[in-house]
Amino acid sequence: MATLLGKVQNDLNLKETELCLGLPGGGGGGGGSDQVETPRSNGKRGFSETVDLKLNLQSKEDLNDDVKNVSKEKTLLKDPAKPPAKAQVVGWPPVRSYRKNMMVQKVNNEDQGTEKTTSSTAGGAFAKVSMDGAPYLRKVDLTMYKSYKELSDALAKMFSSFTMGNYGAQGMIDFMNESKLMDLLNSSEYVPTYEDKDGDWMLVGDVPWEMFVGSCKRLRIMKGSEAIGLAPRAMEKCKNRS
Amino acid sequence: MRDNHPPPPTSDDDHRSSSLPDLARGGQITDSSSSKTRPGPGSSSSSLPQPGSGSELQAQFPDQVLENVLENVLHFLSSRRDRNAASLVCRSWCRAEALTRSELFIGNCYAVSPRRATARFSRVRSVTVKGKPRFADFDLMPDDWGAHFAPWATALAQAYPWLEKIHLKRMSVTDEDLAVVADSFSGFRELVLVCCEGFGTRGLAAVTSKCRLLRVLEVVESLVEPVSEDEVDWVSCFPETQTHLESLVFDCVEYPVNFEALEGLVARSPGLKKLRLNRFVSMPQLYRLMLRAPQLTHLGTGSFSDSEALEQEPDYASAFAACRSLVCLSGFREIWANYLPAILPVCANLTSLNLSYADVNADQLRSVICHCRKLQILWALDSIGDEGLQAVATTCHDLRELRVFPVDAREESEGPVSEVGFEAISKGCRKLESILFFCQRMTNAAVVAMSKNCPDLLVFRLCIIGRYRPDAVTQEPMDEGFGAIVMNCRKLTRLAVSGLLTDRAFEYIGRYGKLVRTLSVAFNGDTDLALKYVLEGCPNMQKLEIRDCPFGDAALRSGLHHYYNMRFLWMSNCKLTRQACQDVARALPHLVVEVINKEDEAAVDDIELLYMYRSLDGPRDDAPQVVTILH
Repeated sequence: MATLLGKVQNDLNLKETELCLGLPGGGGGGGGSDQVETPRSNGKRGFSETVDLKLNLQSKEDLNDDVKNVSKEKTLLKDPAKPPAKAQVVGWPPVRSYRKNMMVQKVNNEDQGTEKTTSSTAGGAFAKVSMDGAPYLRKVDLTMYKSYKELSDALAKMFSSFTMGNYGAQGMIDFMNESKLMDLLNSSEYVPTYEDKDGDWMLVGDVPWEMFVGSCKRLRIMKGSEAIGLAPRAMEKCKNRS
Repeated sequence: MRDNHPPPPTSDDDHRSSSLPDLARGGQITDSSSSKTRPGPGSSSSSLPQPGSGSELQAQFPDQVLENVLENVLHFLSSRRDRNAASLVCRSWCRAEALTRSELFIGNCYAVSPRRATARFSRVRSVTVKGKPRFADFDLMPDDWGAHFAPWATALAQAYPWLEKIHLKRMSVTDEDLAVVADSFSGFRELVLVCCEGFGTRGLAAVTSKCRLLRVLEVVESLVEPVSEDEVDWVSCFPETQTHLESLVFDCVEYPVNFEALEGLVARSPGLKKLRLNRFVSMPQLYRLMLRAPQLTHLGTGSFSDSEALEQEPDYASAFAACRSLVCLSGFREIWANYLPAILPVCANLTSLNLSYADVNADQLRSVICHCRKLQILWALDSIGDEGLQAVATTCHDLRELRVFPVDAREESEGPVSEVGFEAISKGCRKLESILFFCQRMTNAAVVAMSKNCPDLLVFRLCIIGRYRPDAVTQEPMDEGFGAIVMNCRKLTRLAVSGLLTDRAFEYIGRYGKLVRTLSVAFNGDTDLALKYVLEGCPNMQKLEIRDCPFGDAALRSGLHHYYNMRFLWMSNCKLTRQACQDVARALPHLVVEVINKEDEAAVDDIELLYMYRSLDGPRDDAPQVVTILH
């Protein structure tokens, strides 16, 4: 058994060094070793995406093979050419929201520049995300993303029916194109909307990213046809720009 | 009952809770399933002279028998496990036990209806009700799932006008419910709400204003939100006279309280021993309160900071020195580290210290912990690092419970604690009974070491934040580490696993984890075998919570023999089909099988969430639309 696991280990190592692009690893490497932790294919269905369904074998003899196969598959990145989006997994790690929010608040309150082990902006901007028709609310930390594209990738992972059909290169609604916008809003495609600090509901993507992170309180993914009421504001902005 | 500092660090869950056969004493379920490992009174018939042997005897003897039994035996039984066993002896004992049970524990609010519970136990003074399963804390359940306290409030109000204590955990409680409590029980003394939501300051005010004999009011890790816009100054609602308050806990309330009212309250509560303030109470305010209550034994220090540095700062250390009975400290919600030395005078006597909201580093921790020789419970953030853990290991040889929470809970982080600090703890704190440890890296060797150094472990919860992460040094799965834990810690009752685990880890758990009652599994295992090992091997399994594991229908079916013995089974985002869940529901009619479908209707394994539990009263009628109850 140890030998088998040893073999598995080698396989893992090879795969890891081969495919390791993008984010530097978490604590997995440590101690100056070459092995960098591969960012896992994360997101709500990360596991089922990577593991072949055929692995529902019952016999113990096949178990050994399964271990090898499964471990190999777990290390595969979705697509090595694209750095994986930092999608969040719901409820992981198992830290209660109450505690998470406390930590966020604390970091926001601190004036002194104590060295943090994490590099990105301290604290976070948690926003609840709901999608019409989906059973749960999710929460996202907007400071985890650097652009609308990253956010929509993450949302697409969380809500599988949220497809990216009509979005342009930016990954979000193209406000420059009036007719495209109207098409979208007349369709049954889902569009992301958000509630800003003033309590107004807006279409996501109408302001620069940083401004969005600062003002977004809540996200709601609704059908384009429902979002039509928000169109006037969006259209106004469109007109202001062109 | 979860508290910031549970008294003895035992496993949070109950002993064999009111088992199904127990409450169903009408003979609906066979006893065999419950007495699997507890050869107790079982189902033997009574050995006492049975009333009913003659019609005259029926009139005289029952009362005598009952009285004898009551006085001589049942009076001494306090543990509900013992009481459950006693109630199985015969009908007389069952009735006598029901009449003498004063503490009612309902582990799952849907396992029994309020009506049935109050009908059986007529002289109850204290009620505990638990609602949602733990994974609901992590946004894995719809917000409106249920666990409403309202029907219980109504039933209790009717059945027990003399009720003194109510403890609720993960229940949905409204202001109206609290008003019912305040209005219905003239002798009400104790209200404890843990991880509850749905109520606001208005509900609290109802309790504080009407329950004149109130001794304990504890709101713990609960969401207190005003339903309407107005906040109510609930602290001012306490009676103006001297109060009976012994414990006031409101550290989770996210609204400022009226400090003057609070100070006056503390001044006129001579019996106050436990006071946990929220973060809106500043350091200078804390000082004033401490001067008024030097008799405190448990103190939650509020923010432990100040909005502005005062010209002349009070002598905080002297306030602590005056509290000679302090044994438990918590709070430190927005700590200014330079205030930390103020607690030094009490360190020598501290048995419990909760710094889990305080971002302190190793040096800062060391400066206080080196004096805490009697410490038994420590909660901290991983900001203390491996060095901080080493400092704990050096001094706190009496430590029973350790919890280390992450400052940064993201998966890509580098963490400040690792197998190094973990192993140091195991070497220094040999009496450890309970550990919850979040980290970014771990090794089998360190876990094996802890299994050997700390054989008294009852609760082992290791959370390697990166999912599927193997041993940081060998890159092997973490099977051997967890295997060693179940093998060497013979008393283990609660286990949470993490990291890269194959079916082998679960084979170990099934083989050695004979006393395990609660098991948490997330992103682990390879095949159905893993779950089968556990369901077939762990006869004491009560609460099994599984998420994102490749366990499917065959595994689910392998537990049919055991599900009536369990409080619940939770499986979310696994590989279950509706058909299999349906089959279980049909095979076990007293099981309530709740499912939520996956959004992707085309998926073969179409169950997003399975939550099933035994119940005497069938499916509930308050489930939200998204939940389907199969039968």
